[in-house]
Amino acid sequence: MNIRRLVAAAIGAAAFALPPAAGAQPIKLGELNSYKVFPAFLEPYRKGMDLALDEVNAAGGVLGRPLEIVSRDDTGNPGDAVRVAEELISREKVALLMGTFASNVGLAVSDLARQRKLPFLAAEPLTDKLVWENGNKYTFRLRASTYMQTAMLVPEAAKLGRKRWAIVYPNYEYGQAATTAFKKQMIALQPGGIEFVEQAVPLGKIDTGPVVQALIDAKPDAIFSSLFGTDLARFVREGQLRGLFKDRPVFNLLGGEPEYLDALKEEAPVGWWVTGYPWYAIDTAEHRRFRDAYQAKFSDYPRLGSVVGYSAVKAAAAAIRKAGSTDAEKLVAAMSGLAFDSPFGRITFRALDHQSTMGAYVGRTAVKDGKGVMVDWRYADGRDYLPSDDTVRRMRP
Amino acid sequence: MTLASFVAQLLNGLAGASALFLVAAGLTLIFGVTRVVNFAHGSLYMLGAYAAWALVQVLGHGPLGFWGSVLLAAAAVAVVGAVIEVLLLKRIYAAPHLLQLTATFGVVLIVRDATLAVWGADDLLGPRAPGFSGAVDVFGSAVPSYELLLLAIGPAVLLLLWRLLTGTRFGMLVRAATENRLLAGALGVDERRLFTTVFAIGAFLAGLAGALQLPREPANLGMDLAIIAEAFVVTVVGGLGSIPGAFLAALLIGVVKALCVSAGTVAFDGFSVDFPKLTLVAEFVVMALVLAVKPQGLLGSVAAMPPTTQVAEQRALVVPPGRNAALAGLAALALTALLPFAGDDYALVLATDVLVFALFAASLQFMMGTGGMASFGHAAYFGLGAYGAAIAVKHGAPMELALCLAPLAALAGALVFGWFCVRLSGVYLAMLTLAFAQIVWSVAFQWDAVTGGSNGLVGIWPAAWLAPRRAYFWFALAVCGAALAALAWIARSPFGYALRAGRDSPLRAEALGIDVRAIQWTAFAIAGTFAGVAGGLFAFSKGSISPETLAIPRSVDALVMVLLGGINALAGPLLGAAAFTWLADTLARATEYWRAVLGGAILVIVLAFPLGIGGALERLWRRAAR
Repeated sequence: MNIRRLVAAAIGAAAFALPPAAGAQPIKLGELNSYKVFPAFLEPYRKGMDLALDEVNAAGGVLGRPLEIVSRDDTGNPGDAVRVAEELISREKVALLMGTFASNVGLAVSDLARQRKLPFLAAEPLTDKLVWENGNKYTFRLRASTYMQTAMLVPEAAKLGRKRWAIVYPNYEYGQAATTAFKKQMIALQPGGIEFVEQAVPLGKIDTGPVVQALIDAKPDAIFSSLFGTDLARFVREGQLRGLFKDRPVFNLLGGEPEYLDALKEEAPVGWWVTGYPWYAIDTAEHRRFRDAYQAKFSDYPRLGSVVGYSAVKAAAAAIRKAGSTDAEKLVAAMSGLAFDSPFGRITFRALDHQSTMGAYVGRTAVKDGKGVMVDWRYADGRDYLPSDDTVRRMRP
Repeated sequence: MTLASFVAQLLNGLAGASALFLVAAGLTLIFGVTRVVNFAHGSLYMLGAYAAWALVQVLGHGPLGFWGSVLLAAAAVAVVGAVIEVLLLKRIYAAPHLLQLTATFGVVLIVRDATLAVWGADDLLGPRAPGFSGAVDVFGSAVPSYELLLLAIGPAVLLLLWRLLTGTRFGMLVRAATENRLLAGALGVDERRLFTTVFAIGAFLAGLAGALQLPREPANLGMDLAIIAEAFVVTVVGGLGSIPGAFLAALLIGVVKALCVSAGTVAFDGFSVDFPKLTLVAEFVVMALVLAVKPQGLLGSVAAMPPTTQVAEQRALVVPPGRNAALAGLAALALTALLPFAGDDYALVLATDVLVFALFAASLQFMMGTGGMASFGHAAYFGLGAYGAAIAVKHGAPMELALCLAPLAALAGALVFGWFCVRLSGVYLAMLTLAFAQIVWSVAFQWDAVTGGSNGLVGIWPAAWLAPRRAYFWFALAVCGAALAALAWIARSPFGYALRAGRDSPLRAEALGIDVRAIQWTAFAIAGTFAGVAGGLFAFSKGSISPETLAIPRSVDALVMVLLGGINALAGPLLGAAAFTWLADTLARATEYWRAVLGGAILVIVLAFPLGIGGALERLWRRAAR
């Protein structure tokens, strides 16, 4: 970290008019994540953070001080996460906490942030509870939540007018929340008797043969899945073999994220509706700049994790800049309603519930040159897929 | 469900069972002969998949390339297995019971990080098997032909192993060593070579199973832990050391799971059961039921029970700690109480963790060391305590009351589960505790309304007077200090002597009029209660709890702490908890590959101090006193 900081400072000094004042104490961001539990997502995430950090420091840091990320492995376990967060707070004296992946870890750290009165920028956890039922003054969430991403798919699903839906999901918070949100929103949009058949599978341990067979036996008209990672790869292969997807529209939350789609290579499903990240095709100026810088630095293409890590650091820097201080209360005040630029365009942390308006790309899958890609995609802006303000207010404690 | 789909589901279940059997067969073979509870067996399975993937890239996707890769991968894993046995396990066969488990746990950590370093984080999808890439029509359901192939491979391997074990001289020696290792050795069987060979064969089977998984599942970093618990369950349900038993058990579990999935949500009179959700614990429920009826598994025999390792250390007359030890304990307590004046806030957080885990480990040590009842599911009582306290807080109880309820919740669980567990012994007992722990875990995981489901419960903070970190630290020190002293006192009271008598010689103990089972049940309940105290303290130190509090890794951590510290050393749990927690915390910050380094550190400790850190210190102490 020191060498990186030196290099960043050197580049900054050479190229820009405002180098961080010599000897200025860095501002520390306390980052924690489950690097060893979800490496496929989090290694690109770490690279994204590094890129953003370089950019911020090359431009002179914030408040005339260089930015530093103190990163910790939370081992994917809430108890350990709280411990390393305590270390970041009390020993590293970080300005804010950020990161986390799994819902339970995110919620535990969020409650610690409330207890220790320090801002927490939850980068990845998708659980709706983080900003609603369990929301608190100190917690902000970057990614589009489970509810939002489901809402992005539902209009397409409802348009099909199918009566009998099979739902398959990983049996924990994320999958359960996606299923609940899907059923609720479908019933609201498509009146007149929808049936749902459900298969809950243990995370990472899908028993593909029986699950696919059971879904076939249920004779659904369409399928909604929130599987990802290894479970998704197995489900796709087995489902294709057994003909589950024949003549059945399939919707898969997160299915278009390169982290999960790329592993399938030429066996990627065709014609599924997914949320994801078509990095190869997004041609806005801000995304091009991000993608080029990323590829130049790492000789690798960005994944969704890269965008999340990059945007989280940019958000933290913007918050400190706006607050003009690293004081926790001032930071929290600055983050409510904070707008900042990300590779997906300008994003705001809503003052109402601290949910960011970061969206996701919605499209259909296809296979091109032996690789899974998203086609016919559009950017779904997060702000359009949230419940009414009153509903949100009622949910927040 | 139509008959056709029932048949298809049956086939699915059987194919899954075949894959599972290959892993379990290796595990049971290794255990039968060497008595090593090989925690690294899942890692060998994962290595098999990765090796096959890498080989296929070189040898091509043709029939020769694919099947050649599968066999070569299995052979490579066999070599890895042999190396682990020769370099590591061979050195610690004489060490106390289950120390090998700690060593293989170190191997698990190293293999995971090595795999990540070599093959990277992304899932690696392998090719479909040439010749078996399509599906076959079975009564109108499309069944992948590869599943049918697996269906055949399982029994074929069973027959081959059967042939090897019954028809060859080598097999005869293996069976002899499984029945009675000491006697086989006395008759001139070269144990060392036999052990290495058996370990290599077991590893070969694990590697083969992993390689054969490639057409069904991309090689990924979660494979090791995904399979290991299930493989253990199959081994135990079938009867330790029995290969046909493992086959039967795999069939039973595979079919039960497939039927759970296919049953869907079934409405009974007034309530409905979501059967697919049961797959979370189906194998553990099956294990609990089988062990309740057949304490040695389906085909296990009494003779195949592990002999209680009569390490000299265990048999040594236990002297109650004298005045010097008591004074040393008090001095350590006083010294520790000064920590807030020396260290920073984080030192207090870490020290609170160490204290809580020391108490948790001590409660396990009481059961394992003094009671001779190893537990693989001790987290259940830790978690029951934590959940008991947290649920009480959520219903408006003040912290003080919630902390008192924590041990009671754990006690209730320990009384019920203990009643069943003390009827078994050895690894069977340990696995039954694991089954109960997993059942409790799955309830906590699923019962959203009460336990918060997979998210757990948040907002469990101490009352205002304990909110400062130093106040909570002193509180934890007082409670854990008192509890540790109480455990040490119980272990050296007449009750403790009776418990040890039951451990070392149940027959003689019975003859002396000791009700061994009742004593063990009481010990079980005591251990559970103290673990519950630790769990309650844990919940309030973290502010939240989730099902991880009672998951398998938590139980494994406790086992590792006890064995690192020394299973019979008075200060063992404290030293083990301190070493493990401090190492994990420091290494995680120092290096990216901290898991591998932690695994390496565990191996060094295990090899250098087979009696644990505490055991080594006690020996030094005794030598100095002489």
